[in-house]
Amino acid sequence: MKGSCCEDIGEIMILTKEQEAVLKGQEGEVKAKVMETVIRYGEIFGADSLVEITSDQHHFVTSFGLKALTPIYELFDTLIEAGAVPDKKFTADPRPLDDAVPSSFLQDFVFKKFMYSKQEEYEAQLKKLGLLNEDAFTCTCYMDEVGNIPKEGDILSWSESSAVVYANSVLGARCNRNSGVMDLMGAIVGYVPNFGLLTDEGRKASWEIQVKTSKKPEAQLLGSAIGMKVMEDVPYITGLDAWLGNELNDDVKAYLKDFGAATASNGAVGLFHVENLTPEAKRLGRYLLRDEVKTYVIDDAELERVYRNYPVVWKNKEATPKLCFIGCPHLSLAQLKDWSRKVDERLKAKGKKKLVIPTVFTAAPQVAKAFRQSPEAKMLEERGGIVSSICPLMYMNNPLCGKVPVITPSNKLRTYTTARYDTDELILEQITGGKI
Amino acid sequence: MKTFQGRVISPGTLQAKALVSKQGLNTLASFQKALQFGDKEATCGDQNNPDLYGKKMKGKALCLPQTIGSTTGGLVLYCACAMGRQPACLLFSEPIDSLAAAGSILADVWLDNVSMPVIDSLGDDFLNYVKDDMDIEIQDKGTVVVK
Repeated sequence: MKGSCCEDIGEIMILTKEQEAVLKGQEGEVKAKVMETVIRYGEIFGADSLVEITSDQHHFVTSFGLKALTPIYELFDTLIEAGAVPDKKFTADPRPLDDAVPSSFLQDFVFKKFMYSKQEEYEAQLKKLGLLNEDAFTCTCYMDEVGNIPKEGDILSWSESSAVVYANSVLGARCNRNSGVMDLMGAIVGYVPNFGLLTDEGRKASWEIQVKTSKKPEAQLLGSAIGMKVMEDVPYITGLDAWLGNELNDDVKAYLKDFGAATASNGAVGLFHVENLTPEAKRLGRYLLRDEVKTYVIDDAELERVYRNYPVVWKNKEATPKLCFIGCPHLSLAQLKDWSRKVDERLKAKGKKKLVIPTVFTAAPQVAKAFRQSPEAKMLEERGGIVSSICPLMYMNNPLCGKVPVITPSNKLRTYTTARYDTDELILEQITGGKI
Repeated sequence: MKTFQGRVISPGTLQAKALVSKQGLNTLASFQKALQFGDKEATCGDQNNPDLYGKKMKGKALCLPQTIGSTTGGLVLYCACAMGRQPACLLFSEPIDSLAAAGSILADVWLDNVSMPVIDSLGDDFLNYVKDDMDIEIQDKGTVVVK
């Protein structure tokens, strides 16, 4: 039987008069339920109040019309019909489909007729909820070309894990690792519960990570090692500034994007501090460390150990790769250009004309558009590279892809799918025809 | 027989057979096949979870430490409830994670005629003691009896 524990909703939390009025139904029954959802969610985690979302735009994780999630789309209909929608525009995670990405007849059939048969319908809902524009589909909404860039100290209601960890760590915004749909619920009422990474105390580190490698560590490998060690805790990283410097330039931001995505997917990290580099670490230094911290030393041997321990879940472990995805999370413009030049140079060195493995480079639609204006775009196209704004994770998230040997330099994609991870250098070598 | 005390996340009382996962439940990987392909018994599809893989989750008292994986976890759990393929209840040994919390609260607030009591913070002893097919009784105020 369904009991009732909830007559006291909002009694643990201190609500403003406006928030209480919404909870009591002054703005309609549906919005009252949205407020109840946000409050009950916060009370579970000991939130003492609701704080106003201050970012100019939102970002939502749910971008796919997956038939399996039909009840969610029904819930969204309820919200739209009641006018319970966010008062700010939003970007969303990448689309799961793109005809430019290689797929078999069977895959096409299953993707379009079964798995993502709700895609069109769902995108129509997103427009009604306040989707920024037709190109607003990327996991890297914080790229300059996209422009959904929170300011330091902004309060967010996001849930895409790679975007949350980037916003918290690199931009200095404040956001918890929410679940999909909770991001929308917060955006509708304009508030999020005050707990965890929204608080000064919650942003303190309980791990000191000492990087003592002999060369610049691979971002996705270092992030994976740290994520698996600290799980949901906040790490304070020393020694990495020796390799990255003290300035958040485009290269460093791209490194931290990939690093953060690996910490968030291989563990559940929502915030990291890099000594002398990230905003709060620059401002507060070792004050960010809790009184008692655990220490994790990462040297060359430790990274090698982590790398060797990744399971390869292909049925035939020796299979020749059939597809490569580069860009999970989506690549920056500089990364796209850099990969293009590397591909071109390596193929020239090998006396080859084309990539030997179909390779998809993924980036935000606006980044891909800017890239197509550059000389590197022609270079990559001539070499057979495919540029897309698809979500590699959603593309691979089905049993058919389990049978295809896919390689990737993304530790996030490795974690959630059957793709095999290799370092950037080993990926470059394979797609240009080398053996590893 | 042993009694454990936890915290009520979603209220309700019931009796059900236990199904135990010693590791975190990857909600998307576990439920996706069941939701996608019409498996009304919600057979667990997560090959990385040897405790649950291939077992029917619907109607069981699912005992676990936390849920893990994609941030779609909460909405997947909500959908399992909406489609009537949810476990009878969720019993967490640890404090509930944000994904399971979201799914549980969404289901409790937005779905009529769906009940999935959720209790957390039952402790490591609970997960060490409970085994598949033991009888579980959820009483008032977060009390869980394992027989």
